[in-house]
Amino acid sequence: MLHIYCPYCEELREEEEFHPKGQAHITRPADPDACSDEEWGDYLFFRDNPRGIHHEMWVHAIGCRKFFNVTRNTVTYEILETYPMGEQPHFTAEYPEGKPADQLNDAQQEPSRQEGVHV
Amino acid sequence: MSEHTSATTATGINMYDVRPTAEVPAESPLAWSYHHTGHPGVSQRSRVVIRERALLGHVVLRGGAIVLDEAVRQVLGFGLPARPNTLSQDPSGERSAQWLSPDEWLVIVPGGEEFSLEAKLREALGDAHYAIVNVSGGQTLLELEGEAATELLMKSTPYDVHPAGFPVGKGVTTVFAKSNLILRRPAEDRWELVLRRSFADYLYRWLLDASQEYAIGVDD
Repeated sequence: MLHIYCPYCEELREEEEFHPKGQAHITRPADPDACSDEEWGDYLFFRDNPRGIHHEMWVHAIGCRKFFNVTRNTVTYEILETYPMGEQPHFTAEYPEGKPADQLNDAQQEPSRQEGVHV
Repeated sequence: MSEHTSATTATGINMYDVRPTAEVPAESPLAWSYHHTGHPGVSQRSRVVIRERALLGHVVLRGGAIVLDEAVRQVLGFGLPARPNTLSQDPSGERSAQWLSPDEWLVIVPGGEEFSLEAKLREALGDAHYAIVNVSGGQTLLELEGEAATELLMKSTPYDVHPAGFPVGKGVTTVFAKSNLILRRPAEDRWELVLRRSFADYLYRWLLDASQEYAIGVDD
């Protein structure tokens, strides 16, 4: 059993309470009508299957029922971090030990979690 | 329809009192279970006692914490819990608000108050972006007391119910006996289980079975 840290409940919970929901950080093409069939097909059906660090969406299905992101090592099953929707990972394939401090700058904006409603 | 069973708020939302008068007979979700499974009495040997608090007013609030907190404070006299997985109550313990998710809270009030509570909250919230749903018919509340209550919970849920990890004033939604419920601890010696009505019979029978060795008693 994995113990997974829910960034919204702010505590570790049993794996049983969660469901994996596939690859994270997939952005919908801004203008679907301008996409080629291949681009649209890639967006809809094709997912990465890396050996090593992978970013996934999980949902705290029996709990707060919020989606969040998980950085997981697909070889060791180690969960390196969990972070709320809208944030960027600290651990990536280029930086398996975590991004250096100067890479963690501007884009890291804290969503208004207490407010709940994103503006 | 008479005036107090339905109302329209200033912002044009229609509200209906789902249980307008006390004369309409209402049964708790466990009525059939009591009839069919029975309810062992409380005895000297009972180390766990369960008691149903049937037909309370359960209201789910969704929206921004700051706006809702202000409205709840105005209407109920106490604010929403500030931290995840916690519970706030009025001094009598009759009314409570629990954090369910970053934008969702469960308010439980004595039965019959939920309709006026909803109306007052809607009035206080005005044009704010929010949702209020009366879920009283969908769930029921069981109180669990006795020295073996923690042992019974340990059999049923993977969540850590040790007093160190589950202080008074905490409340979580978690897995319970292959189903799920809201588990909360409003007082030192009392636990509360908020069950969905569709799971109520199953969980009631689970609790009776799991605590047979503690000579469980059902308090009417």
